[in-house]
Formats: sequence, structure tokens, C-alpha cells
Amino acid sequence: MLDADFFRRWMTATAVSVEHEAERLTALDSPIGDADHGSNLQRGFRAVATALDKEEPGTPGAVLILAGRTLISTVGGASGPLYGTLLRRTGKALGDAAEVDEREFAEALRTGVDAVSQLGGAAPGDKTMIDALVPAVDALGRSFAAARSAAEEGALATTPLQARKGRASYLGERSVGHQDPGATSSAILIAALAETAGE
Amino acid sequence: MKDAPKTPAAGDDGTKLVGVVLVSHSAAVAASVAELATGLAGGGTLAPVAAAGGDGHGGLGTSSELISDAAAAVDRGAGVAVLTDLGSAVLTVKALLAEGDELPSGTRLVDAPFVEGAVAAVVTASAGADLAAVEAAAAEAYTYRKV
Repeated sequence: MLDADFFRRWMTATAVSVEHEAERLTALDSPIGDADHGSNLQRGFRAVATALDKEEPGTPGAVLILAGRTLISTVGGASGPLYGTLLRRTGKALGDAAEVDEREFAEALRTGVDAVSQLGGAAPGDKTMIDALVPAVDALGRSFAAARSAAEEGALATTPLQARKGRASYLGERSVGHQDPGATSSAILIAALAETAGE
Repeated sequence: MKDAPKTPAAGDDGTKLVGVVLVSHSAAVAASVAELATGLAGGGTLAPVAAAGGDGHGGLGTSSELISDAAAAVDRGAGVAVLTDLGSAVLTVKALLAEGDELPSGTRLVDAPFVEGAVAAVVTASAGADLAAVEAAAAEAYTYRKV
């Protein structure tokens, strides 16, 4: 069973990974975006870590709702509302339960991913975070480790795609050949999840 | 940027006016479009207009706090029309609307071109129209072809 502490540790582990990977994310975002993905997420997840420390939410749902809300209010770029919606909707789907099992979490995360897809109007193959999140959620039924691998493969598979959403879509064919920064940060989020689960 | 509304809350006959919020990645763009729209709406009563531009720290970006503050500042109980420029401003407003309690009830994201839509929205709101009419006027700006 997964309790509030598990979800706090997931968010903290994500914050740590984002610190380590911020430069790489920004480097990926410079040829096809506005070169702020790493710094935006860094600011957002630092704020998440601080907010979780201060408010100490007591249920899995409350942890994710607070994290999502914090991202929406601190990031300043598209990744704020997108990741914020992902976590918040996942948290809302978990409800008030003090503990959730892995299957319940997988279902809730799918609700969150669907909400992101709807918010940004992105489908698989559009070269966005959805390309890492959908395979991850599909694999989560097997294990956290499988979800991590699926997210990483999904992120790598965005390289040959042409972007159809966001700023990168303005570049047309010039977006081909670059790994999508949003799919990459989504893979980081899922890797932190597997790490937290000890897988 | 939390511009105070330039005129009182109500129209000439005491009707409550729809508020307009202009969200741009740039504080200067948001403020200038607000100036342009209120300038063109000209004399008489002006609907409350607020600019929510930039990331709130002097940089380019979108600040959910500025948006919430701006919407609260222009809310007169008749609804608030929010116009945005680029993608992440759109996503931030949609995410705030989904939160449920971050924006005044009767706040609507209006699908319209930013500059032309802002002028149409402010002129229409200043004439005392309701939110649906303000939204329709702003959206109609899409149909004006320039060539």
C-alpha cells in the first residue's frame, strides 16, 4: 500500500532529479523551445518541496493536489499548468483515502494523464509529454520499473517526430531530430516514482 | 500588473459591467493592449479592464497569481472575460478555471485574437452587454480577414 509519505518522497525525489537534470532539460529545450524548461521545473519543484514541508498534507490525494497547485502557481510556462493538472487530477482521483494500492494509483494516474491530454489537446505522436506518460501508465499495471522503462523509451521515441503542439510546432520539420523536453521531464518524474518504490 | 479599473463599477443606468482581463506573456504587451482597448472604447463609461502580463518577476511568462488578482479586481458580479495570447497563458487560465475557486464565478476564457478581441470585448462590455455578448464580440474578431 502507498501512503502520504510515499507520495511526499516521490515529489521530493522528483525535485532532486529535476535539480540534477535541469541543465539537460534546458539544453533539450533550446533548439525547439524557449530554453527554460529546466529552470521552470526547477523553480516549480523547489516550491513543491517547500510547500509539502510546510503544510504536511496527510493523504496521498492531498499531497498530489498541493503539489499540482504549487506547480500551476509558480512555474510561469506551459509546464506549470500541464504538470500541475497531471498531479492535481491524479490526487483528486485518489480521493480522501489514507492509503491506496498500486492498481488504484495506476487508475488515478491515467485520469491525470487524460486530463493533461485534454488540457493541451495533445495525442500520442504529437511530440509532447503525453508520449512518455501514456506508455508509462500502460506499463504501471505491471510494475513501477516497467513504467520507468516505458517512459524512457517513449521520451527517446519523440526524437524523429515532428512537433504538432506548443512552440516547437512553429518549427515544422526543424523540430525533427530533437528529443522532446516535456517527454524527457515526464520520464524523470516516472523514474523518480520507480526509485521511490525501490524498483 | 494589477491595474485598478479606470471607472466605477456600474454603467450609466447602474447595470453591472462585465470585466475584462488581458493575459500576455509580456507585461508591456498586456498593459499596452489594455491601453489601446480602453482608448478605443473612448468616452463615457468604461468597463473595468486589468492587465496580467509577464511572470510577475519582470520576465516573460504567465503568472497565475497575476491572473487571479486581475480577475478579482475587475469582477463586478456580471462575469469576467479573459483573453490570452500564447499557449502557456491559455493553459494557465484553463488550469485555474479547473481549480474551481481561483477565479470569480462567471469567469470565462474567451477564444479570440488578443488585440482585436480585446478591443471588441472592452467596447462591448463598456456598452453594458452581458458576458455572452462580450464573448461573441471578441470571438467575432477572428472572422475579420485582412487580405
